[in-house]
Amino acid sequence: MKISYNWIKEYLDLDVKPVDLAEKIERTSVEVDDVTKPSDGLKKIVVGHVLSVEAHPDSDHLHICQVDVGEAEPLQIVCGAPNIAEGQNVIVALPGSRIANNVKIKKSKMRGIPSAGMICALQEIGFSEDVVPKAYVDGIYVLPADATPGDAVYDYLGMNDSLIDLDVTPNRGDMLSVYGTLHDLAAIYDKPVELDHPEVKEDGAAIDDQLAVHVDDTLSSQYRMRLVKNLKLAPSPMWLQIRLWNAGMRPINNVVDITNYIMLKYGQPLHAFDYDKFNGEDVYVRTAKAGEKLITLDENDHDLDENDIVIADQKGPIALAGVMGGLDASIQDGTTTVAIESAVFEHDHIRKAAQRHNLHTDASQRFERGVNQAGVQEALDAAAQMMNELADGEVQKGSVVGSSNIPEPAVIELTLTHVNAILGTALTMDQVSHILESLGFEVAISADTLTVTVPVRRNDIHIPADLLEEIARIYGYDQLPATLPTGRMTMGSLTAKQRLVRATRQSLEGLGLNQAISYALTTADKAKMFMMQASETTELAWPMTVDHAVLRMNLITGLLDDIAYNSARKVKDVALYEQGRVFYREDGQDRPAEEEHIAGAITGTLLPAAWNQPAKPVDFFQMKGIVAAYLKDMAVNGDVTYVPNADMPEMHPGRTADILVHGHRIGFLGEVHPSIAKKFKVGATYVFELNLQAIVDMPKQENQYDVISRYPAITRDIAMLVDNDITNEQIVALIERRGGAFLQSVKLFDVYDGVKVPKGKKSLAYTLTYQDKHETLVDDAVTQAFDKVSKRLEEELGAEIR
Amino acid sequence: MSLKDKLSELRQRGLADIKQSTDLKDVNQVRVQLLGKKGPITEVLRGMRDLDAAERPKVGAFANEIRDDLTAALTQRKEELEQAVLNAQLAKETIDVTLPGTPVAKGEPHVIQQIVDQIEDLFLGMGYQVLSGPEVEEDKYNFEMMNLPKNHPARDMQDTFYITKDILMRTQTSPMQARTLEKHDFSKGPLKMISPGVVYRRDTDDPTHSHQFHQVEGLVIDKHITMADLKGTLQVLAHELFGDKFDVRLRPSYFPFTEPSVEADITCFNCGGKGCKVCKNTGWIEVLGAGMVHPNVLKMAGVDPDVYGGFAFGVGPDRFAMLKYGVDDIRNFYLNDVRFLTQFTKKG
Ligand SMILES: [Zn+2]
Repeated sequence: MKISYNWIKEYLDLDVKPVDLAEKIERTSVEVDDVTKPSDGLKKIVVGHVLSVEAHPDSDHLHICQVDVGEAEPLQIVCGAPNIAEGQNVIVALPGSRIANNVKIKKSKMRGIPSAGMICALQEIGFSEDVVPKAYVDGIYVLPADATPGDAVYDYLGMNDSLIDLDVTPNRGDMLSVYGTLHDLAAIYDKPVELDHPEVKEDGAAIDDQLAVHVDDTLSSQYRMRLVKNLKLAPSPMWLQIRLWNAGMRPINNVVDITNYIMLKYGQPLHAFDYDKFNGEDVYVRTAKAGEKLITLDENDHDLDENDIVIADQKGPIALAGVMGGLDASIQDGTTTVAIESAVFEHDHIRKAAQRHNLHTDASQRFERGVNQAGVQEALDAAAQMMNELADGEVQKGSVVGSSNIPEPAVIELTLTHVNAILGTALTMDQVSHILESLGFEVAISADTLTVTVPVRRNDIHIPADLLEEIARIYGYDQLPATLPTGRMTMGSLTAKQRLVRATRQSLEGLGLNQAISYALTTADKAKMFMMQASETTELAWPMTVDHAVLRMNLITGLLDDIAYNSARKVKDVALYEQGRVFYREDGQDRPAEEEHIAGAITGTLLPAAWNQPAKPVDFFQMKGIVAAYLKDMAVNGDVTYVPNADMPEMHPGRTADILVHGHRIGFLGEVHPSIAKKFKVGATYVFELNLQAIVDMPKQENQYDVISRYPAITRDIAMLVDNDITNEQIVALIERRGGAFLQSVKLFDVYDGVKVPKGKKSLAYTLTYQDKHETLVDDAVTQAFDKVSKRLEEELGAEIR
Repeated sequence: MSLKDKLSELRQRGLADIKQSTDLKDVNQVRVQLLGKKGPITEVLRGMRDLDAAERPKVGAFANEIRDDLTAALTQRKEELEQAVLNAQLAKETIDVTLPGTPVAKGEPHVIQQIVDQIEDLFLGMGYQVLSGPEVEEDKYNFEMMNLPKNHPARDMQDTFYITKDILMRTQTSPMQARTLEKHDFSKGPLKMISPGVVYRRDTDDPTHSHQFHQVEGLVIDKHITMADLKGTLQVLAHELFGDKFDVRLRPSYFPFTEPSVEADITCFNCGGKGCKVCKNTGWIEVLGAGMVHPNVLKMAGVDPDVYGGFAFGVGPDRFAMLKYGVDDIRNFYLNDVRFLTQFTKKG
């Protein structure tokens, strides 16, 4: 809500600049979006009196005007507005002036005729189109007849006021009004505030004889109406129009403007009906019936819902209660009798109706947050009084009241000890009670206890904690001391899992992968790829886009999306890992289980080509080396084995391995299937994904010290030809099993399957290292063991030792 | 010429030869010539038998002295020449040390991870536990137990991805407050925890909105926790993340799960508090929401609000990173452009 600085000053004796006032409000009650002064940035814009208007010889819509701008000679200005006329007072941008959007106006010629300036529409001096009175939307604005030519226009249009735009939180509905804001400011500045109260001059007949209302008080806890007859519809006086457009509302006519003005002043939305358009003399507040329709003031059709509250006459709905009035019974030219409604509607119904019909209005916004239920009649009276004063209306005697459930003020007990214990302050009883009283609360003190009666307008205050907030904010958060919690000590340490997850990240970063954080919501297709276990998908009920509609069940597709994003930007070498959750859901369960995974993806090369080394494109074995090094860092206890897996549809059938620890599958690695890579628009990419939770849960090897042997080691190399389907793992396993007591390690140092090897065969070469921890090994012992293992290789694997 | 004179001459000639030798081969040749079995000194010594018995030891000693001198000169010359050879070799081996080092594979932690880790470490040091909760939450924990019953208007503040009527993508890490409060045994000590994680909102992705972002929730519940403790804690956090020059101020705000509720601003990064475009001339930038835990939240979790109370806060690492590094588009954090990821390399 935009609050007018000038309006505030009518009630409160303030000696602060608007920006300082805004700062104070922001620090003490609600956020301020900005502070604006409509005349800021404008220059040399004055009142002009149109002395004469002639048609332009070369144009069918331009006029040549002689305009008195308070100088010795009138200015000649060419004007294209259709509503320009002799005798008008208009807005003139003088030569050298600056209008809205920093546009400069210079002397010019229009179709050959010199023009010294410009006659302006309100939009051209910064007014938003939707606050300009309808009569002036398509033309220039006409100033009051008593305006003095040559004067700056700003004061005539209220443009020297400062407007403070409050961003009111949902709990502070009271701040959506000038009066509500004044109560807060009174406390902030510790000054008395003098509010005026209406005195209605009643006339005519009793309203009861002319109107009856029938109200479901669960829908409307208060429903009040007054009747004003013999109104003369007219534009509102300037001061009233200014109040409205400065608050962002369009002036319409005196009756409608008064209802809006009262809403701004009291926070109570009002509605004015044309009484003569009622069918009958009965008004009903009820829910809509199936099939009922309403055309609202904005000329939109609405199919009403059975949960919409409506105001109806005998024939049907005439307003969507608390949201917007109907077009049929609205104030229009010719309206003379007005029924003014001041009511309270149930906020939840209003909120839903506003959402349902996409009609978020000033009224619905206030009803959703709650209006001042103790001020419903006063707002009604104030409106009636104004209609009498400004539209010559005859206020009929009395009000009709369909419901009048005004809540009791909240009474809250609070101790000073509690206040200081929670805020960490040393406030005195005087300070606390003074703050509460300055907010308009009643305070009774007994020993340490304050009994606080909270006015109904503050519907956000129910419990002692709410009062603590009032005390704290008015006292000032800057004055609170800054301390740290004391009391019993607690341990702050990561859990084993948290430590392992951190170690995982550090390990993979050390191995050259960058941490990625991708989206967990993905497409239905991608969610289901690279699955490590069977699972149902988990889908959003109302996704924003299909791209983010289903919860991922793998991390790899996210990484492939990332790689695609990079390659589309010509970044060809990408090495990423991601640690995060995948979501597996069992059929029949609403909620998926969340499992921590770790995945990596490399495309291009891990190391860029340099002046002293060529680039080496990533391959299976590089990725395997990374996974192996990582698993070693995690010290998983048990043999890690790699078993070919040709069955994952998204993976290269000949370049994919399951990763097993102690025979238990914890993940896989390999090359992404070329057709999948193509789908993602990425090049050859190697990936792995592991169940991180499984790694967390596995037993770990503790670090231990092994004496380093002082005795020399002896190595023997062995090269052999084997059939292609014999694996390295088989050979190593056999050598380790049959290598004898002194075999320390087996290391593959060459693989060859080129032209020098018979078809169907490959050549492998290993270095075997022997060592005795307790004495120097004798050559003979090694030879014996080596010969034995060579023989075994021949016998068991058909190896041809070379 | 006396034997002694001969020896003196020999010494002179020998030293001159040594001096003139230009490589190791020369030096060796000179050695053999001078000191070898057929060399002049041996020859001179052979002539000693013609001397008086009294002269002999003197001449012998003199000959030995000369031999030692020449040996020392040879050794010295040899070392000199060896050093020269080595120097020449090293000179040949000179490289351009300004050529770049050989690249090594090196990955970086994600910038948001770095901020989360920093927050975790700070609070671990102050005795907090780190807890993580489910990303797919129950409405009950995400909203109801956070004092946001169904139909609460503030639910509109957080547009939610629902999966079913009661299951949703958590919109905040606050549900861990309720989950932890339900379980905590206060007889074992106060509850001090932070809960970092990913949260989701039904937003259209643009430079300032992301449907996925991060939050770190903090919660302290004990018998004597004050709002001043909250202020002090937030100050420590700001100093840790941004530096000692950054100040914290609190402003009233509204969250259903805290009362009083505040928003915390810190000194503007861009202008240091003087006022600029970034901070809309206020000198301050809003960074987090906090407050004293609402009694209803405690009550619903089975904790007696008349005995226990405390504070909660929620910070957004994405926002921190954007402010700290001037990142102008939040989507950078989730698109994982390597050129973006590898910019944040400072460790420690
Ligand atoms: Zn700034």
